[in-house]
Amino acid sequence: MQRIIKLITVSLLVFILGIFYLSLNRSSNYDTKFLVGNKLADIELKSLQSKEFFTNDDFKNNKYTLLNFWASWCAPCRVEHPYLMMLSKNKDIKILGINFKDKKINALKFLEELGNPYDYLAKDNNGKQSVNFGIYGIPESILIDSKLNIIKKIIGPLNEKDVKEIKEIIKS
Amino acid sequence: MLSNTGNFLLSLNIFLSALIIYYSYNNLKTSDNLISKKVFKISILQSTSILICFFTLVSAFLVSDFSLITVYQNSHSLKPIFYKISGTWGNHEGSLLLWVIILTLFSFLFLIYNRKHPKNYRLYTLIIQNFLILGFLFFILLNSNPFSFISPPPSEGLGLNPILQDPALAIHPPLLYVGFVGSSIYFSAAIASMITNYSDKSFAKSIKSWVLISWSFQTLGILVGSIWAYYELGWGGFWFWDPVENASLLPWFAMTALLHSLLVLERRNVLYFWSIILCLLTFVLSVMGTFLVRSGILNSVHTFANDPTRGIYILVFLSLMILVSVYILFSKYKPASIEINSNSKETFVLVNNWFMLFYLITVLLGTLYPIFTDAISNNKISVGPPFYNSVIIPVVVIFLFFMAIGPNAKWIKNKFIDLKIYSFIILAAIFFNFIIFFFFKSYSIISNLIVISSLFLILSSIMDLFKKINFNFPRVISHLSFGFLILFIGLNHNFSIEKDFNLKIGETKQIDNFKFHLKDLKLIQDTNYKAVVGSLKVNDLLTKEERVLKPEIRIYDNPQTLTYEASIQTNFIRDYYLTMSNIDRSDYYNIKFQKKPLMIWIWISVAMLSLGGFLSLFRHAKNN
Repeated sequence: MQRIIKLITVSLLVFILGIFYLSLNRSSNYDTKFLVGNKLADIELKSLQSKEFFTNDDFKNNKYTLLNFWASWCAPCRVEHPYLMMLSKNKDIKILGINFKDKKINALKFLEELGNPYDYLAKDNNGKQSVNFGIYGIPESILIDSKLNIIKKIIGPLNEKDVKEIKEIIKS
Repeated sequence: MLSNTGNFLLSLNIFLSALIIYYSYNNLKTSDNLISKKVFKISILQSTSILICFFTLVSAFLVSDFSLITVYQNSHSLKPIFYKISGTWGNHEGSLLLWVIILTLFSFLFLIYNRKHPKNYRLYTLIIQNFLILGFLFFILLNSNPFSFISPPPSEGLGLNPILQDPALAIHPPLLYVGFVGSSIYFSAAIASMITNYSDKSFAKSIKSWVLISWSFQTLGILVGSIWAYYELGWGGFWFWDPVENASLLPWFAMTALLHSLLVLERRNVLYFWSIILCLLTFVLSVMGTFLVRSGILNSVHTFANDPTRGIYILVFLSLMILVSVYILFSKYKPASIEINSNSKETFVLVNNWFMLFYLITVLLGTLYPIFTDAISNNKISVGPPFYNSVIIPVVVIFLFFMAIGPNAKWIKNKFIDLKIYSFIILAAIFFNFIIFFFFKSYSIISNLIVISSLFLILSSIMDLFKKINFNFPRVISHLSFGFLILFIGLNHNFSIEKDFNLKIGETKQIDNFKFHLKDLKLIQDTNYKAVVGSLKVNDLLTKEERVLKPEIRIYDNPQTLTYEASIQTNFIRDYYLTMSNIDRSDYYNIKFQKKPLMIWIWISVAMLSLGGFLSLFRHAKNN
């Protein structure tokens, strides 16, 4: 009996210490990268300019759709904007801009000033819809295919490398 | 200059620790029962030099010597002197130095205050303690050196995190460290006791003072941290089951169990190996807590910069400590031959230990489970208050009954002669409970049980105050305070009022029996921050009480940080607690208001609990 207790104690300790070791190089911050590979959740987003609603069905005919969460008050959104403009020239990808916790007048002014890369423009005034996408800060972007599978998730502003990667995915 | 002095002193301490181990080991072989004077002298030198080393770092903070990275990262020339000093341990590197100081001072004090105990037992304790000191000194020197320098030195520092610029936070780490680092000495003594077979009641006597010191300080440290979180972090309560709060509670449970098991060992010479396990467990849990916090595995307000190399070092150290102590324990373990009567004081103490262990395992599981699921299944989960509350609270009810009856049980064989008194007390507790709930008009079975059981403990302890035989004042104070603590927590939890709403200047809002009016906002400038101060009138329509609360949004300059300062109005009956935060691009402010009954009594109860520990320490010191 004593031997069994000793064995169990040692195994338990080794197990706990092993887990501690494995945990060392992990980030303990909340991360939503695990969403990649999953299907897009059911959405119903109000249009920014009309009374229309956008649902999953609206994106099924697109080869690829990029969902971009942005706001006029967000400085990094300004930084990523030229890259969105670049992407908007590609015919194989449509961009859905989800205006996050913003005022319509400021949002439209922002697009007038920097250009409008969006094929669809939706709003999420209180930020609740964005929670379904695992958004915890903006800008963030999600790339989906025609079957609404999440292919890629970019946290933070898009950069040259991201645009290159998205273009490669579209080509393949 | 200060960098060189500090590094020299750290290296000197490594040399002195090695020397103590060497001379102590040699001294083991001598036939006389006296410890060599060399060991004493080197120990004095070691304690003095580590203190000088610490004051070197304090003076670097005082004179704002930004050539030291630690000072540059955690101080600023405009910071008030008090926070310059407390900044010394308000960071990873400096706090580790505080670790080593406590390890060293406890090592020295144990050596000089345990002269009555066998030479080899004391020498082995010293050797093991110095291995621990060496481990931490190498960690400091190789990985977390507070004396690392930058060249050319920056002209100004980055400043101390504003939430740490607080009097409570200045004393919280030293208090807590005396608690859980202090437990190192009975970890070392436990191993020394097994090696030298010093296993009788004298062993219990030799460590009891140290357990009482660490327990009392740990209790105070947890209290101060908890008060700080209440008013500084805007958490609005006394306990949040934050993983790092839990990390401080785990050794506390083990210490409390040990404190009680030592009573049996001291009196009846049984539970020796159980006490040894608790000695080892307390310090292992303390180092584990340090590992979880310093490695960045846990996300919490206490998390220092994430650095896996630190984690690796502490993990290796922790593993070695555990494996060596478990190996010695297994090789020395002998099953106890004395049987304990199921109706005796010994059994009641054992029951206390089972409860403590139950709490310990529950909190340990809740704290580690998210780490396990993340490592094994990549699934991030968090274990929150509902888990702890639903597992722990019902068990507390039974625990309190045992806690009330246990102290009056007789050693070896007990007879329940006080049954009538206990029946009377329980009836009184039920009566008071219904009065409380009748007036507050609220009902829940578990709240009633908590109030009844805590009142039972309180009334039993008050009765004990009038006993003439076996009267133990410190014990009565601790048990009475614990009863009050649970009672006030129960009432506070049950009758707290919380409102969450948005308000803009000039607006008035009525929610249930409260009317809120945001009168105005003022901008004030202090030495190291500016603040937006709200003036909120709160009317309690039931009691016709009118209060003006002034929550703040502070903008600190160095480093630039935004903090929300709660406005708290305390009296002996209740706390009004209000925080205000701005909403992006809006005229509205988010207001969180709480009315928390008997809050101050929760703090007072914990302070009294700790006082019981200190009184017990003086009593033990006087008798021995």
